[in-house]
Amino acid sequence: MDAFRIFPDSASTTAGEVDALYMYLLAVGILMTVLIFFFVAFFAIKYRRKSPDEPPPKPIHGSIPLEIAWSVIPFLAMLVMFAWGTKLYFQNYTPPRKDTLDIYVVGKQWMWKVQYPTGQREINEMHVPTGRAIKLTLASEDVIHSFYIPAFRLKHDVVPGSYQTYWFEATKPGRYHIFCAEYCGTNHSAMTGWVTVMDPVSYENWLAASSATGSMQDQGEKLFAQYGCVTCHLGDSQGRSPSLRNVFGHPVELDDGRTVIADEEYVRESILNPSAKVVKGYQRNIMPVFEGQINEDGLLQLIVYIKSLSIPAPSKSLLTQVTPPARQNVRKP
Amino acid sequence: MSTTLSPPPRIEPRPNYLNVDYGWRSWLFTTDHKRIALLYLFSITAFFFVGGIFAVMMRINLLQPEGVFGHDTYNKLFTMHGIIMVFFFLVPSIPATLGNFLIPPMIGARDLAFPRINLLSWYIYIVGGVVALTAVVRGGVDTGWTFYAPFSTTYSNTHVLLAAIGIFVAGFSSILTGLNFIVTVHKMRAPGMTWSRLPLFVWGHYATSLIQVLGTPVIAITLVLLGLERILHAGIFDPNDGGDPVLFQHLFWFYSHPAVYIMILPGMAVMSEIVACFSRKAIFGYGFVAFSSVAIAVLGFLVWGHHLFVAGQSMYASMVFSFLSFVVAVPSAIKVFNWTATMYKGSVSFETPMLYAFGFIGLFTIGGLTGLFLATMAIDVHVTDTYFVIAHFHYVMVGGMVMAYMGGLHFWFPKITGRLYPENWGRLAAMIVFVGFNLTFFPQFILGYQGMPRRYASYPPEFQTLHVMSTAGASVLAVGYIIPLIYMTWAWKYGPISPQNPWNAKGLEWEKSPTPPPTFNFDTQPIVTEPAYNYSGTGEEVEIG
Repeated sequence: MDAFRIFPDSASTTAGEVDALYMYLLAVGILMTVLIFFFVAFFAIKYRRKSPDEPPPKPIHGSIPLEIAWSVIPFLAMLVMFAWGTKLYFQNYTPPRKDTLDIYVVGKQWMWKVQYPTGQREINEMHVPTGRAIKLTLASEDVIHSFYIPAFRLKHDVVPGSYQTYWFEATKPGRYHIFCAEYCGTNHSAMTGWVTVMDPVSYENWLAASSATGSMQDQGEKLFAQYGCVTCHLGDSQGRSPSLRNVFGHPVELDDGRTVIADEEYVRESILNPSAKVVKGYQRNIMPVFEGQINEDGLLQLIVYIKSLSIPAPSKSLLTQVTPPARQNVRKP
Repeated sequence: MSTTLSPPPRIEPRPNYLNVDYGWRSWLFTTDHKRIALLYLFSITAFFFVGGIFAVMMRINLLQPEGVFGHDTYNKLFTMHGIIMVFFFLVPSIPATLGNFLIPPMIGARDLAFPRINLLSWYIYIVGGVVALTAVVRGGVDTGWTFYAPFSTTYSNTHVLLAAIGIFVAGFSSILTGLNFIVTVHKMRAPGMTWSRLPLFVWGHYATSLIQVLGTPVIAITLVLLGLERILHAGIFDPNDGGDPVLFQHLFWFYSHPAVYIMILPGMAVMSEIVACFSRKAIFGYGFVAFSSVAIAVLGFLVWGHHLFVAGQSMYASMVFSFLSFVVAVPSAIKVFNWTATMYKGSVSFETPMLYAFGFIGLFTIGGLTGLFLATMAIDVHVTDTYFVIAHFHYVMVGGMVMAYMGGLHFWFPKITGRLYPENWGRLAAMIVFVGFNLTFFPQFILGYQGMPRRYASYPPEFQTLHVMSTAGASVLAVGYIIPLIYMTWAWKYGPISPQNPWNAKGLEWEKSPTPPPTFNFDTQPIVTEPAYNYSGTGEEVEIG
């Protein structure tokens, strides 16, 4: 009777918490359903018409106390759902600030390309260790996809033109489904894969055994040279362009007076469309537009490299402007 | 059918809207709201069965994990099922048929305020429907009924534009019907028909009309932008041209969430009439039921963002949308409680319309409560875009709206046709629908929480058992819909002649208007002297608000 079980595999710290909230909702839902079914059946039977010429019943036009009661009491139960659900949502979509293992996922009709900071690359497979906060950065080469891992109770849309993130901590070794959950065309239902959760030792072994042509940072450095970025953005640029040392994660003043944090999104935009946000004191239209020149994998490598230029920068990212709620089991020492 | 009937004595039937004229012109150029309602009834029934055939084919495809028809075909099937059922069946269903037929007699008017605009709206609907069907015949659309960009704008090479044009055109029909109802309710009420004496059917349609008039232009604009993007690459939604794909979702759901209420409020409107009549009691909490419709219509415009919890919208925006989604659940719950309380100390009988009403209360309760799961953000992250969502909105749309529609069709069948339908067949079909529905959609809740994504032409084998159950249920459900089609067609021609008020129901349309009504509904101008649902005859007025 495996088909009828309520809960799928549960393999992340989040899964149990989502299931607990689900149980609360089920309890409230079943209670309400039973109450309504009971009263409908009870009234229908008790007050059934016994003869066709039964005299009409007395009208009852309503009761304000009852109306208030059956509005307020369910609403209080709903407020618990709201508060609990919101807390968990913020927690799951707010990666810890430090010590995350960053994995980069690119969705493309119809496959998932996964890159590790150490340079390993996989298609439709993802390997993660237990006991570590894993931060996913999601990018799309074409349409909207959604990276869904039911065993972790987590998904997030993968939106072209931007980076989306979420994080999890896997708890139970095993192989679990990856699904694309946002309809993306012909082979949407074949855009699936497997996440393999391993204990940390096996994970290190797996990493060592998997061939890599250099870490993402190294590959980013190569691209940085190949596209000529290095000429202007490192070393002596004679004032044509800002040096990228110690830029990532820091505030940048723009020529229109705004200040933005140089995060992944900003760097991506500045590569693809340099005149969208120009740093104060520099000229527009000097840097070539790279829109359509570099694919999402390459962009991610460049970003990892640019990040490395500002070590020890805080790993400021898209969603970390929000203070993450306190959690005991986030970081293992 | 029967061998014992002797030829009935020849009586000249009184002139009514059906026998007043017979030629095809008298139908295609009619301005009688009742005839237009029938034009709508036949057209939406046709669309319902076309959409239903797509649904059956989808269920057949899902019998096997690897699918039966192939990915492209399946993708087109669910897209066309959605487009036809949402835009060409559910949105017009109750308002354009029962609403069109009943609002004038219920408020004591001889027709809607703008009879010719009413006919125009049917023609617009047909043009939209034909364009959409052309897209189907020419090879179909594969974007899903939600048309998400940039897939729909840049990547799909099916007939997206044609389908979008069909929906765009049909939208005007919806706007005109809504406008007509609003003006009619404001200006055409009979003497004595105050707002607090209006049947709740009319209140529900009034609220629906507000949404149709205010919301539909937004989907029209959205589809125009989609067209611009697709033809001219205007750079609105496609990030490669500098657009924002999430913007499309905001615009789309700004209409399409309120549209969900366009699809359910008229069902609730029918419910109030049926429950009152078959309990022989005034609706408990008339004012609360009336105002909850308006509250739903207003709040319904403020919750669209709950479709975007995983789409990359700001988490704080999500929080607000989540909260408001819980708020909008309250007026829906109020209605369910009040219908239940109406039966208290009533005189309840169990004819077909009431069986559908019981079905509505049960299924809408489940549909509504599972909506709370989706409003809870952390749960939504797991179950959105899975079968949980499919099950949820089918409980509301089919378990709610279609049940109410069937109940309403049976309730007013004598009024519309002047004949009675076979009661036992009606009861049997109602029960088959209830069983078939639950068997089809309940397994989908389980599938959804287990992680089965929606819009999958093929799926991992562990989900097969539940999919097979669901398909089995769908075949039962199909039988439940075909039986009424047969006996209603039969009864229209051969059913026993109905008395004027076969249910002893209250309301001008039953008490003062002959059955079937003459072209202008009443022989003399009715004057209202009592509140709605005055089944007890005491005539106590209800204070509204």
